[in-house]
Amino acid sequence: MAIAQASTSSVVGKSVKRIDVQEKVTGAAQYTDDIAFGNALHHCRVKRSPHPHALIKKINYDKALLIPGVKLVVTGEDFPEYVGLYLQDRNIFARDRVRFVGEGVAAVVASTEEIAEKALDAIDVEYELLQPVLDPEFGASKEAPIIHPDLEKYEHPNFIFPVNGTNMANHFKIRKGDTEAAWPQCAAIVEHTFRIPQVQHVPIEPHVAIAKAEENGQVTLWASTQSPFAQRALLAKSLHIPESDFRVIAPLIGGGFGCKAGVTMEAIPVAAALKLKGVPIKLLLTREEEFYTNFVRQGLVIKLKVGCDKDGNLLAMENTMYWDGGAYTEYGVNVTRAGGYSSTGPYDIPNMRTDSICVYTNHPVGGAYRGFGMAELHTGVGQIMDMLADKIGMDRTEFHLRNCVRGGDVLATGMVIHEVGLPECIDKVARALKLGEKEAPSAPNKLRGKGIALAWKAPAMPPNAGSSALVKMNADGTVNVSVGGQELGQGTFTAMAQIAAESLGVPYEAVKVLGPIDTRYSPYEWQTVASRLTWSMGNAVRNAALDAKKKILDIVAEAWNEKPEDLDIKDGYVISYKTEESIEIKDFVVYGLPKADDQGWLGGPIVGAGSFMPTYVTGLDAETGQGERAVVHYTTGAQGLDIEIDKDTGRITVLYAASAFDVGKAINPDMVRQQMEGGFVQGLSSAMFEECQLVGGEMRNPSFVDYRIATAIDVPEKIDTFIVETAQDDGPFGARGIGEHPLVPVIAALANAIYDATGVRITNPPFSAEKIYMALLEAGVVN
Amino acid sequence: MSYHRITLKVNGSLEVVDISGNMTLLQMLREKLALTGTKNGCASGECGACTVLMNGDAVNSCMVLAAECDGAEIITVEGLAKNGEMDVVQKTLVDLGAVQCGFCTPGVLISARALLNRNPHPTEFEIRDALSGNLCRCTGYNRIVEAVKVAAEIEGQEGA
Ligand code: FES
Ligand code: FES
Repeated sequence: MAIAQASTSSVVGKSVKRIDVQEKVTGAAQYTDDIAFGNALHHCRVKRSPHPHALIKKINYDKALLIPGVKLVVTGEDFPEYVGLYLQDRNIFARDRVRFVGEGVAAVVASTEEIAEKALDAIDVEYELLQPVLDPEFGASKEAPIIHPDLEKYEHPNFIFPVNGTNMANHFKIRKGDTEAAWPQCAAIVEHTFRIPQVQHVPIEPHVAIAKAEENGQVTLWASTQSPFAQRALLAKSLHIPESDFRVIAPLIGGGFGCKAGVTMEAIPVAAALKLKGVPIKLLLTREEEFYTNFVRQGLVIKLKVGCDKDGNLLAMENTMYWDGGAYTEYGVNVTRAGGYSSTGPYDIPNMRTDSICVYTNHPVGGAYRGFGMAELHTGVGQIMDMLADKIGMDRTEFHLRNCVRGGDVLATGMVIHEVGLPECIDKVARALKLGEKEAPSAPNKLRGKGIALAWKAPAMPPNAGSSALVKMNADGTVNVSVGGQELGQGTFTAMAQIAAESLGVPYEAVKVLGPIDTRYSPYEWQTVASRLTWSMGNAVRNAALDAKKKILDIVAEAWNEKPEDLDIKDGYVISYKTEESIEIKDFVVYGLPKADDQGWLGGPIVGAGSFMPTYVTGLDAETGQGERAVVHYTTGAQGLDIEIDKDTGRITVLYAASAFDVGKAINPDMVRQQMEGGFVQGLSSAMFEECQLVGGEMRNPSFVDYRIATAIDVPEKIDTFIVETAQDDGPFGARGIGEHPLVPVIAALANAIYDATGVRITNPPFSAEKIYMALLEAGVVN
Repeated sequence: MSYHRITLKVNGSLEVVDISGNMTLLQMLREKLALTGTKNGCASGECGACTVLMNGDAVNSCMVLAAECDGAEIITVEGLAKNGEMDVVQKTLVDLGAVQCGFCTPGVLISARALLNRNPHPTEFEIRDALSGNLCRCTGYNRIVEAVKVAAEIEGQEGA
């Protein structure tokens, strides 16, 4: 037999087309709302609190039950147990009190959506109003009313530090070096407070979930979710269902950005289904509900003080952050922790004091949002570094380069950081932008400026978040890879197929990674969050493929009487380096190989299994934040913008933007660029337009008309992206994540560009035309 | 509530549908005709996910009553491909990496098709303007704009 041609090019590092694109452009792709359930389908609507803070005195739904078509009303009475990812502080429905406008107090199930909606008006809820907490700094004070009197009873892991008897759900501290001793040695010090408002994720697909409970105890949930396994775990525990009986099916999702992580509205149809067995019950949020009842990105008040010596070397920083955690902080406590351990930003600062405090307020619930606290943190850090560079009189780029983190630096938590390509990222962006060269505006009534900001982010997750994968060989030589991580549009199924093909030694085209994720059949994955899949699930897929490969080679080695080490798989053929023999794997990966002279068989169906879980992350001291390894790794990068501002209107036009990130290894370079572009534009949208306008706890702009996001006319025509590759030691092929990072530095970079253009520092986003115009007026730049 | 029986052409085939008076075109497509490619992102005319061609014009199908569609000709994303061959805009969106989660994609494709039908040589601004009613939270838009530009070039060459 002739030896198969060894593959000359590897598929890792190639920009293959995404695996799910055909179905997405033809309308065939199935999302949760597209699944047909037939006539049995029932609909659920939710009675919501109109008050930010009140005691529930009485709920009367007798009249609702009389409406024809209404099947069921459930309230908090029915479901006493808590749910929550990190801090279990939340019930499926409010029980004795409501804590934000929009909180569910009851749900109606009816034969149609209209009837369910109408029945909501027939539910009477009697409230006793309480004073709301509408500001996180006030919330942390002694004067504030207590929102969660039971805080001390809530379950939480040992890395969350609630302060009992207060509204502080988590207080993360760093004490490194001696900031007090450092201040007198500083040649320049800048202090400033920045405020970042809540923003909404705005996936174009609203949240939707359908649940069905059977008499035999099986419960099935179909949901638009990033976290089928976390939903199974949390809801199974809260509702006393064995995980093995709880099946979560997660079709493709139309954007998540963090708001479909953990458990949100999915709990409601599941709870209802347990009381009305045998019929599927659907809850589809309206766009209005999507805006005001879901996880928001937490608001932040960040107070920074930073100083450097006369040569521009950073000496000390104090960083106090009050996170507006909202009514429940089950997820948000870990945003606070992430903000805490990364609180220096990507800078090397010897003396550090951090207080990152998650505060309960009567605002919408804070949750995960692409970047997980980093965009908010960097809005402050990214601006104050420019302010300090200016104060000490140093070129800003040089200042960033002098102070940015580099491999081997001891971080504020005591962790020694791996090699990072951040200096190269800064250099690439600075050159692309021609930073330092002042360029003329296009018209006399315009001002032009450029700004840059750096970013870093580590996957924020429990220390032991794990992944698993299965590689199943088919008799025609194709391969099905099963994973539990979700395709959100980021392209993970494609990247996993590339990793599997490369690791196994088969053509990329032979490998399929497809949804839906189904907890009954798919292997475990913690959650699709934290930019962790390429790295973590990628390792699991690689391990599963290597396991399958080993099983394949063992069979052939036995059949050929050779050592497995002398064999390899290339392009779907097992080849022997020793004898130059080869055999196509499809010939035996399911049916096995006959032994010589018909004396029986070898092998059998090949299934490779692989897992990955980091085992090296250590705890951090509660008082000092010190520990050997706070996180798994950091992805770093830089971003810059060239903008013009119209003096007559305050309107910003972004002329050009550049991004560079160190992704370790780009498994699929074009999809890495897609993340960089899309993340930048989402960040730009938050920087220019977005804010949940909360008045007395109520969101005043819950629609696309009043909550504007960037459209095709708002984005710069040219966005350059640069991929830097400093290999991650434990990443598959050296890869680490990139999904969230491009959004992180945008607000700071834009603020720095606005300052460069106008000489006026406007610190708090969104940088609306009106806000800029008023600031220019006040500063006398226009009159 | 009033009920109607309407006759219309959807993706080239004649359909007779019984509808209630308050049913939207979007609901009719998704629930009565099982054409779920057209998406619901807001049900209030603000996101463009539900865009379809109605008598050649791009409309938000969530804002059109099904009852108004008697005698109309509707094209949805499922009707863009002809004889198994994808429309040029479908191909260029694929080739230029302009699809991520894909939820805005059906509406984007229809808006792009409508633009090229009425203006075969659009400027960059005309493309951005035509797409400004189609919200996309994933891609950052530029690849979509580029894909429409390239589609126009390809069609220009084919027409020449
Ligand atoms: S669903 Fe029709 S415009 Fe949003
Ligand atoms: S691709 Fe996700 S909304 Fe456009």
